[in-house]
Amino acid sequence: MSRTVTKQRKMITTAAAWTIGLIIFFPIYWTILTSFKTEAQAINDPPLFFAFDWTLENYALVQERSDYMKFLWNSVIIAGGSTILGILVAIPAAWSMAFVPSKRTKDVLLWMLSTKMLPAVGVLYPISLIFVQFDLLDTRGGLVVVLMLINLPIIVWMLYTYFKEIPGEILEAARMDGATLKEEILYVLTPMAIPGIASTILLNFILAWNEAFWTLNLTAANAAPLTAFIASYSSPEGLFFAKLSAASTMAITPILILGWFSQKQLVRGLTFGAVK
Amino acid sequence: MGQIQLKQVTKSFGDVQVIPPLDLIIQDGEFTVFVGPSGCGKSTLLRLIAGLEDITTGHIEIDGQDATDVVPAKRGLAMVFQSYALYPHMSVRKNIAFPLRMAKLNQVEITKRVERAASVLNLTDYLDRRPGQLSGGQRQRVAIGRAIVRDPAAFLFDEPLSNLDAALRVGMRLEISELHKRLETTMVYVTHDQVEAMTMADKIVVLQAGVIEQVGTPLELYHTPRNTFVAGFIGSPKMNLMTGGEAAKHNAHTIGVRPEHIDVVESGGQWQGTVGVAEHLGSDTFFHIHNTGLAETLTVRAIGDVNLKHGDTIHLAPRVDEIHRFDADGLRIA
Amino acid sequence: MATKASRSAARFMMAPAVVLLLGWMLVPLIMTLWFSFTKYLPLRGDSIDRGLDWVGFANYSRFLSSSSFWPSVQTTLVMVGGVLLITLVLGILLAILLDQPMWGQGVVRILVIAPFFVMPTVSALVWKNMLMDPVNGIFAHLWRFFGAEPVAWLQDASLSSIIMIVSWQWLPFATLILLTAIQSLDSEQLEAAEMDGAPVLKRFWFIVLPHLARAITIVVLIQTIFLLSIFAEIFVTTGGAFGTRTLTYLIFQRVIDSQNIGLGSAGGVYAIILANIVAIFLMRIVGKNLDA
Repeated sequence: MSRTVTKQRKMITTAAAWTIGLIIFFPIYWTILTSFKTEAQAINDPPLFFAFDWTLENYALVQERSDYMKFLWNSVIIAGGSTILGILVAIPAAWSMAFVPSKRTKDVLLWMLSTKMLPAVGVLYPISLIFVQFDLLDTRGGLVVVLMLINLPIIVWMLYTYFKEIPGEILEAARMDGATLKEEILYVLTPMAIPGIASTILLNFILAWNEAFWTLNLTAANAAPLTAFIASYSSPEGLFFAKLSAASTMAITPILILGWFSQKQLVRGLTFGAVK
Repeated sequence: MGQIQLKQVTKSFGDVQVIPPLDLIIQDGEFTVFVGPSGCGKSTLLRLIAGLEDITTGHIEIDGQDATDVVPAKRGLAMVFQSYALYPHMSVRKNIAFPLRMAKLNQVEITKRVERAASVLNLTDYLDRRPGQLSGGQRQRVAIGRAIVRDPAAFLFDEPLSNLDAALRVGMRLEISELHKRLETTMVYVTHDQVEAMTMADKIVVLQAGVIEQVGTPLELYHTPRNTFVAGFIGSPKMNLMTGGEAAKHNAHTIGVRPEHIDVVESGGQWQGTVGVAEHLGSDTFFHIHNTGLAETLTVRAIGDVNLKHGDTIHLAPRVDEIHRFDADGLRIA
Repeated sequence: MATKASRSAARFMMAPAVVLLLGWMLVPLIMTLWFSFTKYLPLRGDSIDRGLDWVGFANYSRFLSSSSFWPSVQTTLVMVGGVLLITLVLGILLAILLDQPMWGQGVVRILVIAPFFVMPTVSALVWKNMLMDPVNGIFAHLWRFFGAEPVAWLQDASLSSIIMIVSWQWLPFATLILLTAIQSLDSEQLEAAEMDGAPVLKRFWFIVLPHLARAITIVVLIQTIFLLSIFAEIFVTTGGAFGTRTLTYLIFQRVIDSQNIGLGSAGGVYAIILANIVAIFLMRIVGKNLDA
């Protein structure tokens, strides 16, 4: 039973929520706006909100400095590859935990999560040595594997929570209907868990896309994704706000668009399947 | 064919033995109902037969073949679950076809069999709907359809009607009974509702704490319950059980009289008491009677509408030849 | 639903994930442990092929006695704690606000989530330059507009500034989880409390907050995991200067900048120990709350 809300109260909450929302969004808005200004306008005091000459020259300059498409493609391959690979490894594991739980299931799950707490920096050098040994330094394949391993615990955990919502009786029915384990997972479990799997894929794609420790430390020219593309602007260089904004906009736009298109799954994914 | 035999079957979860050694034969074509209060092990027993749980010791034979270590998919049994367990992402047609697809039948044969099953169950108009768009009764029929398409050796039903409302339950009860008459396939049916057991079964297996209390036809159980547990469990309203002086009069530790075997009389009568609650159903009247000196409450069924109210004195005449006698261990005295 | 067959299938299907993670954990860990007991300076010609000199616990005592060790632990804890506190408090308030009926809820939600999509390098650079630059940043403009002296954020309030940036990134996450949890609260419970005469604040304290316990646990767990290894935000803003050197960053400097692998590895082991202390502490709470 919802009570009638006075119009006045609704107006106040609307105003408050929009104000806070816009404040939170402001840095992104400001970045996108600045990317269309000239360098001089970018640092104008007072700041220019509307009255300026829109220009695309910053984008041209950024592109000239480093080939955007190459970085973008690396990001797509690395984030996409690690996510898909992770899902393939995680689905069977999550099936086991959700439908054949044992006394140790919870311990295994928590152990997996705890591997995420191992400080990456503590093992950076050994990993780079292994990478050198296997010729993986600055390759997309190497990063796909590392990012898959990093996100695997989260993927397993999310899938586990989604699978647990599926009644075990349905899988038993499939077994009674003569399905083998593979058929049970392929034809019954996976299609039923599609929303959860989609959320998992989306969230981990974003996490992998934004990952900035291994991607910065294990790549150079060849396999560098967008995190490296933007990192080249980290040292100040005279007037560069507009160029920085353009580069930033280019780096975050693909994910922002993806996020807006799949808002519903994402919100679900963002809660890691753990809160209903 | 579909004879199922359990030989010295036990089941333990960890250190807890939920089913002590148990022997049972379910004959081919028989409608067998496992009935008992919740937690009596009846569902576990069904799942052992299905192969969804391992038995701890003993053997299960299906049609004379040892099936103890056979996986569920290979036992040739079909199961209807309490929650129906329909595949929500598949249409009714695909749901019913699923076992056939798993058996790698060709498409023509699958279509033929699905349509036959659908027409038997009045589902033809719903074949392209998803389970979510169906009513409870229709879902139930889809679950049955999924079970019958593959001509199983036996059907296993795990409390299939408990999610339906009362009116629908009566209808589905009849449909399942009719289906059994038509298919003449072995059916094993689990329920906690003794009315379902009485109305549907050829053979009832009454279970308590994993132990079989009695096996027999519905009327055998009604007329000659082997012990006080079966006496109290079968029949509605429950049999009145009394101990003490009145039982001693009949040379028994406990005696039992069913509510329908006690007549309400104008005066005299062997027993009397005060009416507590009178439930007027029109066709019958149930009286819950206090202050009889026999038991805390006595339940009596009178035919038709008998005009007695709360607080009235009521005179009762039990039918002496319908009194069941039990000894100190609760076992029937012949 | 557990037969011998399904249990063995389960073990088989768990194997790839478990083996991969075990390898991922153990192999580098053992190498780090080994290096931490050796003198390993690649720039001075040390290499595994030529054999490393065993130095016992020298690296450990040197790392521990270094003047930057304890400050870095402190910085780490302040940063993680600060971000957790800010995101939880603001997250709860924001979640309650967003739960109210309003116009354009969907759009507001998009606005609030957006920072989560921004990669850490970008958000750090944008905040550092566009917002916090003491001359040309928006904050500087704002301060001057009100007649105040602009603040050199990343020098004079460096740690708080980084906490602010990171909180901005993680606030959406906390808000969303808490919002989802609030929405799942049975309104009859609140109505019952209202009938019992509990005023708004008491209803929040005795009904809403306990209901959020699980969500708060999840926020703390996930955020701690990510915050302990914060790197990019420091890398591109202060480079570890002005009291923003976390343990992670200190080790990074030892390994990469000074190429002292032995010393850095000893630091790595300390970081692992610290992470484990936090992990055990967290897992205790989470393990309890996860089933509830």
